[in-house]
Amino acid sequence: MLALIGQHLVLVLVSTGIAAALGLPLGIAMARRPRLARALLGVAGLLQTIPSLALFGFLIPLPFIGGIGARTAIVALVLYALLPVLRNTYTGILQVDRAVVEAATGMGMTPSQRLRMVELPLALPVILAGLRIAAVVSVGTATIAAAVGAGGLGTYVFRGIATMDTRLILAGAIPAALLALLTDALLGAVEKSRRPARAAAILAAGATVVAALAFTAGASRQRAVVVGSKNFTEQVILGEIVAAALEDRGFHVDRRLNLGGTKVCHEAVTSGQLDVYVEYTGTALTDILKRPVRSDPGEVLEEVRAAYRPLGLRVGAPLGFNNTFALVMRRQEAERRGIRRISDIAPHAAVLRVGLFGEFLERQDGMPGLLQTYGFRLGVRPREMDMGLIYPALAAGQVDLVVGSATDGLIAAMDLIVLEDDRHYFPPYDAVPVINEARLARHPGLAAALESLAGRIDEASMRRMNFAVDGEHRAPAGVAREFWARNSSQAGQVVPGRVEK
Amino acid sequence: MGVVSAPAVELVDVRKRYAGGAAALDGVSLRVEEGGVLVLLGTSGSGKTTALKTVNRLVDPDAGRVAVLGRDVGDWDPIALRRGIGYVIQEVGLLPHMTIEQNVGLVPLLLGWSEERRRARVRELLTLVGLDPDRFAPLFSRQLSGGERQRVGLARALAADPPVLLMDEPFGALDPLTRRRLQDEFRDLQGRLRKSVVLVTHDVPEALRLGDEVAVMDRGRVVQSGTPREIRESPQAGFVRDFVAAALP
Repeated sequence: MLALIGQHLVLVLVSTGIAAALGLPLGIAMARRPRLARALLGVAGLLQTIPSLALFGFLIPLPFIGGIGARTAIVALVLYALLPVLRNTYTGILQVDRAVVEAATGMGMTPSQRLRMVELPLALPVILAGLRIAAVVSVGTATIAAAVGAGGLGTYVFRGIATMDTRLILAGAIPAALLALLTDALLGAVEKSRRPARAAAILAAGATVVAALAFTAGASRQRAVVVGSKNFTEQVILGEIVAAALEDRGFHVDRRLNLGGTKVCHEAVTSGQLDVYVEYTGTALTDILKRPVRSDPGEVLEEVRAAYRPLGLRVGAPLGFNNTFALVMRRQEAERRGIRRISDIAPHAAVLRVGLFGEFLERQDGMPGLLQTYGFRLGVRPREMDMGLIYPALAAGQVDLVVGSATDGLIAAMDLIVLEDDRHYFPPYDAVPVINEARLARHPGLAAALESLAGRIDEASMRRMNFAVDGEHRAPAGVAREFWARNSSQAGQVVPGRVEK
Repeated sequence: MGVVSAPAVELVDVRKRYAGGAAALDGVSLRVEEGGVLVLLGTSGSGKTTALKTVNRLVDPDAGRVAVLGRDVGDWDPIALRRGIGYVIQEVGLLPHMTIEQNVGLVPLLLGWSEERRRARVRELLTLVGLDPDRFAPLFSRQLSGGERQRVGLARALAADPPVLLMDEPFGALDPLTRRRLQDEFRDLQGRLRKSVVLVTHDVPEALRLGDEVAVMDRGRVVQSGTPREIRESPQAGFVRDFVAAALP
């Protein structure tokens, strides 16, 4: 917790400091040149309207300023903090009484003396108000920084959202809110103090010390293996399992879990900011490589491997489970109707009520192809619903058949069954580690350590772990460590499809 | 005729037109003899403040010549020129974020005087304008009365001992009693210091009391100039007579 607050403070202090260093001179230049003022205020205002997640998304692929980690977050935070600093410096100088400025000129001040001795001191309260807004906004926006692996209190918030754990969300949100209030109060006191310039200088010096301390505390683990994950429960668990497996073999691991999504992780591992994360072969094929759907697991894996090689990425051995789409029914209902496989649906297609998430109706590996492959038509129009509502609706008997994912934790918890895809319609989504080839050389033994994960995790295990986090609100790290402790020592591999105790 | 020394301040046929407006100065010629007080008297908008500001180059004329101490103002470095001219303006002239001591010592500071010398000079000047240095030096202008502020303004203008003083409505915002007292003090002080002064006012009694010469301005022109006695006793028919008659009993 303290480390996260420290990271958060560093993000806020560094970005507000840079925004001030850029914004003050620019604001002064703007007060001298109205045309420049219009242009810069326009640009800064435009930046402000970009949603923060989208801005982080734009920055990730950029060289030098992009990537994942604190640097990207700071660039984004600076862009947001710039507008209040610019605007307040500019208006602060313009609102200084023209008569006072003229008196200063009349006494023989040079333009720079006038700026230093008259305009800036008189504009100071407005400028400080701008810095205060910038700092408070940064405290809030910095929570988003966790999406690009910059850490900070957003780490809790994102993990809480991914696992639907309200306590975890609050553990990030409440300290962030307190931090914002504290920042606001401190800078407010500076504004009202009798010597605001001196108070600001003292505060800036104090902030620099705090930032330096927090920075040195946070900067370590230079030689660690960097493990990433996307921002949903299963991914976080997988990230923790990979980390546990590596730590077992004596590696130091830097966890960058809960990153913004597929694109973030892919860019990060390609650019070498992540050493490894777990991807799904189907996602790699269609989402990242933009290639057409295929159904044979081996062919898809080989195609992805071949296409990743020129990108400097190595695709490791599959972990053992396939997180593909799944048609799910209540066990009782399925047994009553004698449905085990998807092709068994045909005689009941006229009466079955189907619930699904909207996207499935349009995807190239979605509903139209499914009906075509299996040759039946639904008698009842499918109901679109939010992902989170699909299983409760199924359990309550409001629908008879839902489209979910093969590793959804509730499948195990609610006595539901997954229908066998007997015509192999759904493309494979085998979980595979994606490794930055160039970084393997820096971590001898890394490839072998990752190979130790091959075939270790089957669908049932993954479901149970997902449920342990989503349903029982256990910490992903604990669930992962427990799983790895039980499975790492086993000589054999888990046979896919076999349910272990 | 003997040798004529150059006037301290001279304007010759000066013209100024602001963008989109009527002429602010429409051929103005003025002279301030060394050690003399020239009062520019007129209603607001008559051009008197604009004329004053051409002297320290806060306003650059479109045409005509402005000279200070015999030298064309265009030939002066504007910063050096301004530091050599005391400038007194109504109220706002004091910088609100600086103490009285810092305000009065400002031009000496700009001129690079040592702190010791500045401090001594500030004490001397505050005493000169009738303010107790121990009490007033650490205060801010908002803590002072109008009359005290004007005294500080005058002290600041005199700080670097400039030969020329420009005063723009220096007693404008004061109550009649304070105004009268400060006028008397100024006359007394001027008797000792013998600065060359251009003073702008719209107050006829003030102009007649303080000026060695009075130039009455109307719509960008000097309509009559002369000694106070000439203005009082033989005002020109038209604007000057109306203006003077309206102000004097």
